[in-house]
Order: sequence, then structure tokens, then C-alpha cells
Amino acid sequence: MKAYLLPDFEVERKDEKCIRCRVCERQCAFGVHRYDEELDRMFSAEEKCVGCQRCVVFCPTNALAVFPHSSSYRPNYVWTRERISDLIKQAETGGVILTGGGNDKPYRIYFDHLVLNASQVTNPSIDPLREPMELRTFLGRKPDALPLAKAGEEDVDLEMELSPNVIVETPILFSAMSYGAISYQAFKSLAIAAKECGTLFNTGEGGFPKELRKEFGRNAIVQCASGRFGVDPEYLNCAAVIEIKIGQGAKPGIGGHLPGEKVTAWISRTRMIPEGTDALSPAPHHDIYSIEDLATLIHALKEATNYEKPVCVKIAAVHNSAAIASGIVRAGADIIALDGLRGGTGAAPKIIRDNVGIPIEMAIASVDQRLRSEGIRNKCSIIAAGGIRCSADVVKAIALGADAVYIGTAALIAMGCTLCQKCHTGKCNWGICTQDPKLAKRLNPKIAARRLVNLLRGWSLEIKEMLGGMGINAIESLRGNREHLRGVGLEEWELEVLGVKGVGE
Amino acid sequence: MKAGIAAAKEGIMRCEMREGVRRRVQRSVQRQGDVQKRRVQRVVWGGEEKEICACSLFGAMNMEGERFGGEGVVKAIANMRVRGNGLGGGFAIYGIYPKYKEYYAFHIMYEGGNEEAKKETESFLNAHFDVVFAEEIPHAECVDVNVDNPPLIWRYFVAPNKRGEMLSDDDYVVQKVMHINTRIRDAYVFSSGKNMGVFKGVGYPEDIAEYFLLKELYRGYIWTAHGRFPTNTQGWWGGAHPFNILDWTVVHNGEISSYGTNRRYLEMYGYVCTLHTDSEVFAYAVDLLMRKQRLPIDIVAKIFAPPVWELIDKMEGRERELLRTLRMVYAPLLMNGPFAIIVAHHGEMIGLTDRIRLRPLTAGIRGEMLYLSSEEAAIRLAAKKLDKVWTPNGGEPVVARLKAGVVA
Repeated sequence: MKAYLLPDFEVERKDEKCIRCRVCERQCAFGVHRYDEELDRMFSAEEKCVGCQRCVVFCPTNALAVFPHSSSYRPNYVWTRERISDLIKQAETGGVILTGGGNDKPYRIYFDHLVLNASQVTNPSIDPLREPMELRTFLGRKPDALPLAKAGEEDVDLEMELSPNVIVETPILFSAMSYGAISYQAFKSLAIAAKECGTLFNTGEGGFPKELRKEFGRNAIVQCASGRFGVDPEYLNCAAVIEIKIGQGAKPGIGGHLPGEKVTAWISRTRMIPEGTDALSPAPHHDIYSIEDLATLIHALKEATNYEKPVCVKIAAVHNSAAIASGIVRAGADIIALDGLRGGTGAAPKIIRDNVGIPIEMAIASVDQRLRSEGIRNKCSIIAAGGIRCSADVVKAIALGADAVYIGTAALIAMGCTLCQKCHTGKCNWGICTQDPKLAKRLNPKIAARRLVNLLRGWSLEIKEMLGGMGINAIESLRGNREHLRGVGLEEWELEVLGVKGVGE
Repeated sequence: MKAGIAAAKEGIMRCEMREGVRRRVQRSVQRQGDVQKRRVQRVVWGGEEKEICACSLFGAMNMEGERFGGEGVVKAIANMRVRGNGLGGGFAIYGIYPKYKEYYAFHIMYEGGNEEAKKETESFLNAHFDVVFAEEIPHAECVDVNVDNPPLIWRYFVAPNKRGEMLSDDDYVVQKVMHINTRIRDAYVFSSGKNMGVFKGVGYPEDIAEYFLLKELYRGYIWTAHGRFPTNTQGWWGGAHPFNILDWTVVHNGEISSYGTNRRYLEMYGYVCTLHTDSEVFAYAVDLLMRKQRLPIDIVAKIFAPPVWELIDKMEGRERELLRTLRMVYAPLLMNGPFAIIVAHHGEMIGLTDRIRLRPLTAGIRGEMLYLSSEEAAIRLAAKKLDKVWTPNGGEPVVARLKAGVVA
């Protein structure tokens, strides 16, 4: 069948600059570039191009430019190019359209409608270069009060044992990205960076390679998802936190899918499944059909780890998140991870990614408020995920009520990702989202980890600047502090859900 | 539902306040000329200009529990006049009602002299307490004194009538005070402790003292005082310091950057901030930590103004563990931003500044008297000779306690 699709991208090659070095040809896993020896010419198959810009960056003479294809259907507000392309794809294949990355549709980004406060006159701003500025954060359940035993007149002692909490030196954690979805090299880069920055990375549902456990376990959140891949007592016990994954912002309500082609020998060992078989995680956990089932699993995991580790429950942000979160806390979870509408994925049906879930800002605000109204906000920490793009988003998320944030897409971009959204093809030219050893080795974990550390360092410095400006010198005084936020261009009901005043109020 | 009503009420309040304040501000501008004429005897410091963006705090306690008059305290707080702007002043005095010391003394303000509010409040009090005595708090005539728009202020001496409710007396009182503050329009409880009272309003503190006839009528063993320079809220009688719940009072200088965090944490424990000012959170935080959770003041100081992590990490063993846990558990009660406070309750007066000491506090001792003040000069005005004067470090509390065995 002749494919009717228009190419997405146009490849422009400035022939006078091209030296026929064929770097572009070697770099492109999608087979866009081809050298014809007889004609001594480079040709490009534009219909294969995904716009990842690998060839552009690596072309030594800057001879290449890749940009959206200039051919166009008759402009139509209703039947856009994307809609038409999707229809053509389905007409030609009869399948579900898969994609990677996060929701790219123009839903309102509330972060961009919130502005921060700064001190002027009545309250001195604090200079983070000269004064202490603290970002250390504890994640886990806190008691309402701390009964102290009086040992002597002067001495006071802790009387009770506290629920386990985990410390992060900056409130930015790496979101769940499994070995299998991303390459071993990318996985290891996240682990190295998390360790160096005193924060945590998340193994996702693909298990935790044994040889990395000893070195990086203390910085790992291990996931227990509906497929239970790679879960055994050692896996649970080597980690800092255990996360039960109920849902994911990019695909609320459905499970994961790792095609058999990607299940190599190494992956099969880590996931504990036969080589070459599809790794399908079911939509629900088949042992969790209700909140009391969740409580059972939480306690089973705590029992398996001697009550030494906080247990986190990750849910996609959906309409009833607030009520669900309350149930999760009452079921015994120590941390709730909320993943919003813009959260990324290695592979998801496009229709789900683009249409299901709610923006993370609203979810944080309503969950935080709900837990406070019920007087149980201390009993858990909230990690917000899904569309955190810069340090200001982190600050705004925390001011709305989160304890910390997960970053996934931002971390991938730091490693080299350009959001071409072809993660599900396994052909990532940047060596991140692939199991092809030739592609994966393009990513040097030491260098990628350095880029991640730089990112966290840069963001942390910026957060300190913003805190100092607000006259705050410890991140805990920002948490849930919506007085420091004001809304711009929001409607009354939106301000109400966010719990913030409008600018000038 | 509850929050909804409070919010609606706050909305109404705010509109009304704006109106009121505009009037007040106009009047105070008109008056400024003659005010200065009348007060020439108080020398304003010459030479260097003083920073005026501040409030003044003063506290005096007799640690033998002997009661004394307000002369010195009023003189001291008046000396720090430039730290205020005449939009708020107030006093808390302990030991003033020995005759009724078994009863909770409610000082209740009715904004704009609202008789309806008074009627509603009194029927509420009658339903939940046995009122043994009630009267309007005596005051000078407005025309003689420089205060603005005084509301109607009454005091009630009451005993809880719990009708089988399973609460401690104190918790019962807190609950009822919160009810009056949030549910009855135009009624605000200034103070609710036994054998103590708060007198406050819009005006310079010395004017407030004059209005309530403090020097003439009252003797107490602890006096705390406040001169206000309102910044984030407009000047109104309920917003003046001290803030109170039961016999706990707080006077505060500063602006709390962590207000939103602190307020929302306290709301979880039933404290509703109604007075539209960040200082209120101190009173409730102190009540929660010191009265309800029975934490000693040294620990509370470490919660409000904890050492930085860099220091904690260098500590050893139990101390490090304790401070780490305190910061973890009570993170929402870290009072961030500049503050100096004087907290008092029966038997104790405490001074504390924020951990990087962005507001001043000086302490002095003479015999059985301990003084706390924003400025040393004010202490020296109250007590000519001092045994010792010192400036405590940020986050380091100064505590004055009744001598062992003394019952005030």
C-alpha cells in the first residue's frame, strides 16, 4: 500500500559545506541519510526523519538543517495536519498509534500563570551567597507531635521511634525510568547523578541490575508495579524507598508494554522474564482491586523490609485524586507521588497520552488541601511529577503543597534527548531510549551523569535565589506557602482550586 | 463549610476594614501636627536617622511574683516611639485579677460598638459558661486621649459549663474562643486567660495605656508591651499586639515569610487565624507546642529558630539526633523571616529572635526584675541601674521564671 503521509521534517543540506564525511549517515538509526558513491552525493529520505537533530549537531561543517516540513495541507482549524496524519496512519495500519514523551497539547500550563513573591523593605531578602540557604528535605511520615522523655533537668530525649524518612539534599528527584525503556547507560547515569547530588533516582518497573545495587541502592527508589518485574526481597531491601506504581501521568489507567524485541539477555535477567517475550504489565495490579487491597500490599512490603523503608504510592493525577490520595494515606503509605497530565513515557497510546488526566498544579493543590482538611497532611510526603520544566516550576509546585518533585523529561533532555517522541521505536539516536548496543554506547554514563549533576546544581542555586528573595532560608518554610504565589490571567474557580489570590490582591 | 464561612466573613471584614482604615489614616494625618506639639518632652534622638521600619517590644517580669505598676513599662515603650507609627499598641498584664483568679477572664471587643454582636456573644457565653461577673472595661474619654475609633470592649469572668463534653477546661475555652472569633461577626476575643488580660488598640502604646487607665488601675508581675508599625495588615484594634489564647500572649516584631506554611499547619490542629496578621500564628504555635504538647521552651525555641543543618551535622550523638528529628517533625513551624518575640504565660516570660537574628532584642537584669526590649535605652529608662545587660544570639531564648516555690 502506498503510504500517503507527508514527511514531518525537511532536511536541508548545504552542498557547498558538505564534505561527504558521512557522519550523518552513521549517526541516524532511522536511515535518513545515504551516500551514493557513484554520484559522490548525499541523499536524504525525509519521510524517515524524526527531527531528533542528532545529525545537525554532529555535522562537522554545519551543512545540515532539519526543520518542520514546509509542505502543507489546506490550513484547517478543525482538521489539522496532525489529525490528518493520524487518520492516514490508522487507515494504513489499523492499529493504535503509539508515541513517546509527554502530552504536547496546549492545555493550560498553570505554572505559567503563577508568579512568585519577593521581599521589599519590611522583610529583608536573604543573599544565598552570604547566608545559609537550606534545601534538605525529609520524605516520609511524620508524627503529629514529638513526645519527649525528660531524662534530667536539662536533658531531653526522644521517646518514640519515628517512621522511616529518607533525606534528599535538594527537593528534586529523578522520576521512574526503567531499564528496558531506557538504556543501561542512561539508567546508570541517573544513578550516579542521584548519588552525587544526595538525591534519589527511580528504577521504574524494570528491575534493578544486581551489580548496581550495592553502590546505588541507597539512592534508589525501587518500583513495584503491576507486572512485578524484577521484584524479590533483595531488590526491595537494597533500596531507600519502595514505590508501588498504580498509575502514570502519561497513560493513566493502562499498564506498560515493553516489546519482546527489546527484551535482551540482560533485560530478561533483570526483569526475571524469558528472553524475547513481551513484558506486559497489566492495567491494574491484579492483587489491588480496592483501597484495602492496597493497604495489604503496603504492609506486605513493609513487612518484607522490616519497616525500615518508607513506602510510596504513585498515582496519575485524575479527577478524584484528592479523595484517592486521602485513602492512600489512610492505607498506610508514607509518600504519595502524583504524576500529572504532562508526564512523559517511553511508550503509550497517543490517544491516552493526549487526553487523560489533569494538570499536576491542580492535583497538588487539591490533594494538599484535602489532606490538610482531614488533618493528615503530616502523615505523608507529596512528590509532584509531570511537566516540571525549570527551577521556578519546582518552587511553585512546593509552594502549592508538594514536598519534592520528580523530573523525568527534564533529566532526559539534560542527557541529550531532544523530545522527538520516538522512544517507543527503540532507535534513539542519542543512546538514551534504546537497547541497541551500538546506539546505547553513544551515551557515556560519566559524561551524562555530569550533565545531570550540573542540571541539579543549577536548579538548586536558582531555587536558593528565589527563596532568598522571598526572605526564606529553608525550603520547609515554602512548602504549602501559597501566600508567596499569585495568579495571573486565571479565572475565579481556578484561583480557588489552586488556593491562591490573584495578582494585586 | 467552616472554611467557607470564615472566608466569607473575612471578605466582608476586609471591605469594611479598608473603609475604616482610610478614615483613620486621614484623621491621623490631620492630627500629626498637634501630636508632636504635645509630646515635645519626649526627646527624639538627634543626629543619625533611625530606621523606622520596625516595631517595639518591651517586657518586664518580677521573678518573685511581686506585682508592680505600669509606670516604667509605659515610659520604656514610649521611648521607642519611632519604632511604631501609631497604628497599634498594646499590653499584656499578669496577676491583675486576684479576686477572680479562678475564672477565665475574657476581654472581648465588639467592632464598631456592634450591639448585635454583643448580644449574640453574651448568649453564646451564657450557653457555654457560668458568667460570674461582667462589665465594660473602664477607659478614659476618647476626646482626652489619642486613640482612634475605639470599639466597645467588655470583660467577662467565666467558668466553663461543659455539660458533659469530654474536653479539658483549656481546650474547651480554646474551642469557644475560636467560635466567637470565626462565627460571630464583629466580635473578637482579645484575651482569655485567668488572672491576666490584654489591653490593645489603634494608637501609640502610651495612648493605649492612657485610654485603658493602665497605670492607675492595674498591678501585675509580668508586663509585656508592643508599639506597632503595621506593614502587611492595616491597623485595626483586633490586629494590635499582644496576641493571646488562654493565658499565653505574644508580642512580635517582624514579618514572617513562612506565614502561609505556619498558618496552614496550625489549621490542621483547629487554630483558625482570624486577625489577619502573621503575628497571630506565634500565639497559636506556642499554645500547641507548650500547652498541649508540653514541650519545654528550649525545645520550642529550637523549633521556631532551629540551628542550620551545617551546624547540626557537626554535632554529636543524641543532640544531633534530637535536633534533626525536631526539624523533620516540626518543619512547618519553623518561623522563617525576621522576628523578635516576647512570649508570656503565668510564671514565665520568654524572649527569642529568629535564627539569623534579623530583629533586635536586648535583655537586662536588676535584682528580681528581668527586662526584655527592642532597645537597651528603653530598659535603662525603666531601671536606672542594671546588674547585667546582654544581647542574646539568634535563636537563643532568654527565659525569666518565677523563683521556685513562688506562686503568683
